[in-house]
Amino acid sequence: MVQESFALGNSLVHRLDPRFKIVMATLYAFAVALSNRFPALFLGLAFSFVLMGISRLPLWEVVKRVALVNGFVLFFWFVIPFTYPGEAVLSLGPLTATRDGVLICARITLKSNAILLAFIALIATSSVASLGAALGNLGVPEKMVHLLLLNYRYIFVMEEEYHRLVRSLTVRGFQPSTRVHTYKTFAYLVGMLFVRASERAERVYMAMLCRGFCGKFHSLHEFDRSRGDLFWLCCTMTIIAGILILEWVPF
Amino acid sequence: MACLVGDAALLLPNKKRDIMHISEGVLSGPVLISGIVLAATGTAIGLKKLNYDRIPRAAILSAAFFVASLIHVPIGPSSVHLILNGIVGLILGWGAFPVILVALTLQAVFFQFGGITTLGVNTVIMAFPAVLCYYLFGRLVGKGPRIALPAAFLCGSLSVFLAGILVGLALTFTEENFLKAAYLVVMAHIPVMIIEGIITAFCVLFLKKVQPEMLPGKIP
Repeated sequence: MVQESFALGNSLVHRLDPRFKIVMATLYAFAVALSNRFPALFLGLAFSFVLMGISRLPLWEVVKRVALVNGFVLFFWFVIPFTYPGEAVLSLGPLTATRDGVLICARITLKSNAILLAFIALIATSSVASLGAALGNLGVPEKMVHLLLLNYRYIFVMEEEYHRLVRSLTVRGFQPSTRVHTYKTFAYLVGMLFVRASERAERVYMAMLCRGFCGKFHSLHEFDRSRGDLFWLCCTMTIIAGILILEWVPF
Repeated sequence: MACLVGDAALLLPNKKRDIMHISEGVLSGPVLISGIVLAATGTAIGLKKLNYDRIPRAAILSAAFFVASLIHVPIGPSSVHLILNGIVGLILGWGAFPVILVALTLQAVFFQFGGITTLGVNTVIMAFPAVLCYYLFGRLVGKGPRIALPAAFLCGSLSVFLAGILVGLALTFTEENFLKAAYLVVMAHIPVMIIEGIITAFCVLFLKKVQPEMLPGKIP
């Protein structure tokens, strides 16, 4: 259920230094999110497609993921055109869609997908372990990095615990339905998960102390930036500059 | 084999997109930046209160929350997935901010729900109600079941309601004409509120029996 399917691979993007990828993705995401003119947004989307292309991720998987995440955008398409004031372009029974409303939705769709594709191409192609080390290297507080890495480490363990609890429910003939009994069972399941997590945490911490933990994780991960990293950073900066020019310079 | 089939049916993977996370590209600059500032402040307070000896506990509990929030609970013909921010607040207090920030980061990396620019806003949407509920109900859930049960129910439903209101506020501050959409978001959360209330109440009842020291109750 929890998988890092995109992190496997050996494309150009997979090999880039995760620190550079985080910086690129962040700057790029903000540049696109804060733009509003269509030429800027189309440039952004085009660059995202380029990144997607060189990441060589399985296309069908990406399409499925993008479709799923577009739910919120779809919700906007159902509501905003019909509630936004402005000149009417289309009427469906009692509802009229306005030009401004449609434009806003189009903007949101472009922005959302441009950022999403760049995120998949740049961030989802790194493992969480290397992202954590990279974040620490970029100056994120150490406690935060510990939380991220330990959380990641134990998600899979907790998932297994969860499957075990669900299995034992199933063997006892549990059938979920809209009843208080179902909710009670789920609540106890969640509670049991927390109790097991808390007990495991104590054992883990004691084991860490036994191994001499004194507030620091030593990472064996060494970062070395290559020419490729600098090249792609420059490309991203150029595209960001292009987006800013298209957004702010009146033609 | 029957058991395997039942298993699969329970574990509906994250097929449904919830509207608790705001997608990238929707909100305006000022809203995104306020979100980042508020989330950073909350996280700084939370990290300050989490000593190194409590980090593993917070991290592993947060992994449990991550997994629990993927559980789909049936409601009529449809299903909703649990949010559990009320109970996160009860168990972790201010620690809810860093823990939720980490969970949302991982959700973005694994499923691409939410993203970099909205990380701040989405953290505030979930974590602020959690901390508020900790102060409102933390003491009450430590009392006898007559007070603790309704308090836990309120804690669960109020935390979802407040999260919905915060989503609505983020949308309305971006563009005042999003008001109708914001209203629909809050309305859509009413069934989730009721279910979260029931689940939180039973969950607190369970923890009181099994491991009462996990709940606050005796906060100074």
